[in-house]
Amino acid sequence: MEPFVTLTSKLVPLPNENVDTDQIIPARYLKVTDKQGLAEGLFAGWRYLPDGSPNPDFVLNKPEMQGRKILLAGDNFGTGSSREHAPWALMGWGFRAVISTRFADIFYNNALKNGLLPVIVDEATHRRLFQLVEAEPDIEVTIDLPSQTLRLPDGTEVTFPIDGFSKHCLLKGLDQLGYLLEHMPRIEAYEREHPPRFDTRVLVRR
Amino acid sequence: MAMTRPRTLFEKIWDDHVVYEEPGSPAILYIDLHLIHEVTSPQAFQGLREKGLRVRRPGQTLATMDHSIPTVGRDFSLMDAMAVKQIQTLEENARAFGIPLFNMFDDRQGIVHVIGPELGLTQPGMTIVCGDSHTSTHGAFGALAFGIGTSEVEHVLATQTILQRKPKTFEVRFEGARPEGVTAKDMILALIATIGTGGGVGHVFEYRGDAVRGLNMEERLTLCNMSIEGGARAGLIAPDDVTFEYLADKPFAPKGKDWDEALKRWRQLPTDPGATYDKSVTIDVSRLEPMITWGTNPAQAIPITGRIPDPDKEPDPRRRRAMERALAYMGFQPGQQLLGHPIDVVFIGSCTNARITDLRMAAQIFKGRKVAPGVRVLVVPGSQQVKRQAEAEGLDRIFKDAGAEWREPGCSMCIAMNGDRLEPGQYAVSTSNRNFEGRQGPGGRTILASPLTAAAAAVTGKITDPRPLLA
Repeated sequence: MEPFVTLTSKLVPLPNENVDTDQIIPARYLKVTDKQGLAEGLFAGWRYLPDGSPNPDFVLNKPEMQGRKILLAGDNFGTGSSREHAPWALMGWGFRAVISTRFADIFYNNALKNGLLPVIVDEATHRRLFQLVEAEPDIEVTIDLPSQTLRLPDGTEVTFPIDGFSKHCLLKGLDQLGYLLEHMPRIEAYEREHPPRFDTRVLVRR
Repeated sequence: MAMTRPRTLFEKIWDDHVVYEEPGSPAILYIDLHLIHEVTSPQAFQGLREKGLRVRRPGQTLATMDHSIPTVGRDFSLMDAMAVKQIQTLEENARAFGIPLFNMFDDRQGIVHVIGPELGLTQPGMTIVCGDSHTSTHGAFGALAFGIGTSEVEHVLATQTILQRKPKTFEVRFEGARPEGVTAKDMILALIATIGTGGGVGHVFEYRGDAVRGLNMEERLTLCNMSIEGGARAGLIAPDDVTFEYLADKPFAPKGKDWDEALKRWRQLPTDPGATYDKSVTIDVSRLEPMITWGTNPAQAIPITGRIPDPDKEPDPRRRRAMERALAYMGFQPGQQLLGHPIDVVFIGSCTNARITDLRMAAQIFKGRKVAPGVRVLVVPGSQQVKRQAEAEGLDRIFKDAGAEWREPGCSMCIAMNGDRLEPGQYAVSTSNRNFEGRQGPGGRTILASPLTAAAAAVTGKITDPRPLLA
């Protein structure tokens, strides 16, 4: 995982509330067996016209949005399925952070595990960011993970929450699996005290 | 005996499964059962290969195919190349890592959340995960069950554990006598309409109250299934005699002395008197009607005789915009009554409502009636076992005689990955769990409902109150 420390970028505003994982990446794009090519399906339902051509009105298709790394999303982002294809698709397009007032639990966890930073802001800040972007679409904001702050163009700073463990992993670019593997002796000890109640392998037909 | 603080059902299961918790870090939680399907697992196995890791507990793991496979028949020619590659990848991974797999030709195959309970793998007090948000279904047995992402699938494969921050608890009380024609599906839609799709974020639901006790096991599975639609990753129901009776004869249920010991353990699981929850809500079931959704998230639901709310009367500007967008997508008007609105497709299936009791409910309405002209009806059983049982009871004949399609088991039109999908603009009454834009096919419009309400729409060709059709 690529470390995340600070990020300065212009914003891609997508004010829709309750953007669910079927909006982020529709199920028909989930037949891949790797993580490649998912950016093509990002927001596909809104991004393409029925004939498959790009919808020029959709924000992601505007030439000036290319290369931006922060999605300014509406309230309650990422509800729905557990598909990790959602953060993979967002990152494939180039996003490294999403700002919203609230994230669905599974999406939030999936994002953190891939180096996509979900930034939770209060409603007043959220409203203000949309107002600022509307007035001046090319404003830049800075996300500073060590201090957990989001800096607005006028210099004001708001803090955002993140648990210490995830923050550490993001800053160092650590895969959380490494942490679990380090604790294997404890897992083995637990298993000695809690033997499995069944073995599904009896289901294998030869 | 040492005095211990009263604990909830959730806290007891959580405490039993914490392997280790370092201050400032999430807990390492042990997983008793890991269910796998073709869509969210390939990249996890790839990760194991890249790191040279094996599957730690293949005997606590079970794989099935459900999302990408055709339900018209079982033939690779019915699938596109990517879907074929996806299921072949699962086949190879299961073989290489020693995991039992029900492939699409197996007579035990089914939707992952249907086969766990029917095999008796889902048991009270367990922790269960799957790369699928509807894993919450298994909570009906008093198991802590939740959906995980693919990175976490890899973690569980490699270590049989997962890193978790302890969620908060949310008591959901369903009280009062359940009226005729009101199902578990209507109860859960009513809850989500009350608390919103984000209402349970960060929490685990525990469903309580006399109306929950009165549900049979499969109704409880429906209730827990849609916990995630209320924002909660898991929903639990304390095990009781209904649970034990259902479980007793299942293949993986403990037998003999083991059963007696298990019972003793399981009877300790229900929430202690005096235990407290972080949040609580009560729904009066005696006042419920069959519920339907009018919008593009499951919280946008109304009683079937009700009217669509008017966004102009919504004080919160963001909720107002969301309502306006949903109305525009669905082609509905504020204040409109949906009764009598014509529909194009009826889908009876999914991990929410494709068990035998769901099919019996639907058959009750189909019996002696015909599918309305111009309406397409898919009935997709949840598993091969459900399919066989339905056929033994003659339910398949009732569906086919009425003019419905009787399919092979799978997720089918709930997620529209396998070619079963709506055409743009079509209206479908579906027993599935999500009415998101395009969920059942690009441009498709989904109205969520119970099997009774879906069947009533099928035979009348419009949104219909099922209660007068019940014999």
